[in-house]
Amino acid sequence: MSFDKAIAGQEPGPLVIGPFTRTDIVRYQGASGDMNPVHHDEVFAKKSGFPAPLGVGMFTAGCMTTWATDWLGPEHVQRTRIRFKKPVFPGVTVSFAGKVIARDESARTVEVELWGTDDAGDAVVQGWMTFDFSAGA
Amino acid sequence: MVAKASLGVEGAPFEMDIERGKIAEFARAVRSSHPAHLLRDGAVVPPTFLTTQFFWEARVDDANPWSQVKMNQERGMHAEQEYVFHGPPPRAGERLFAQSKIAEIWEKESRSAGTLTFVKMVTEYRDADGKLRAEAILTGVETSKPPERKEGA
Repeated sequence: MSFDKAIAGQEPGPLVIGPFTRTDIVRYQGASGDMNPVHHDEVFAKKSGFPAPLGVGMFTAGCMTTWATDWLGPEHVQRTRIRFKKPVFPGVTVSFAGKVIARDESARTVEVELWGTDDAGDAVVQGWMTFDFSAGA
Repeated sequence: MVAKASLGVEGAPFEMDIERGKIAEFARAVRSSHPAHLLRDGAVVPPTFLTTQFFWEARVDDANPWSQVKMNQERGMHAEQEYVFHGPPPRAGERLFAQSKIAEIWEKESRSAGTLTFVKMVTEYRDADGKLRAEAILTGVETSKPPERKEGA
């Protein structure tokens, strides 16, 4: 994807993932190295006050931000900011989308806003990314 | 309770090798099949890939100063996460030299959750010449009252 094609209103459709499974959680935890048992150990999660093992915020953030890089190119990423809004439990389906909110023609950068929304219509994660196209491509 | 004395504490420096296999595994876990993550040489990291520093800091005693914050497990949560790449994103084959620091602690009053205590940890990643390549900024928050926890809530 080139700078010239990253125009507001030209975003790809949302990425719908789910229902999230415990296998998704375990695969992400193994890949990331975050082995916090609250995300996979039923007994531990209940002792910590949760009804069930809860999803990993960084997993939903990972899906959301790669929705953007699959579109604009991972090699152009300059800055990524993520805000966690609501835990995602297994069984929930999340829809990820975003839009171009600003373009800097002289710096050749593009700002994108991102969000993940669950079945209930609530925001579970929000994000902002800057893509730098100054090196060409 | 957040230990205010943890402000300024630095973790021990650690090395992090950016590896092709780990990039492919991580990209698959976050549902990306972009070819840049699967290059034989110089595979590009996904935007949140530096979170895999878990594997590298575990090899060095006291590399992660977050334990010094002593955030309450039940009332603490991950509020925000940020990654800044200085120059192009890291690629497979690079070796980064990293160090984490408890950079900021502040409080804010909230009507529903009482006093909120925020803690920011910054990890800097440098190349062999000492040039800053990336930063990871983690913001955690601890509420003074336990949050409501309902399924799907």
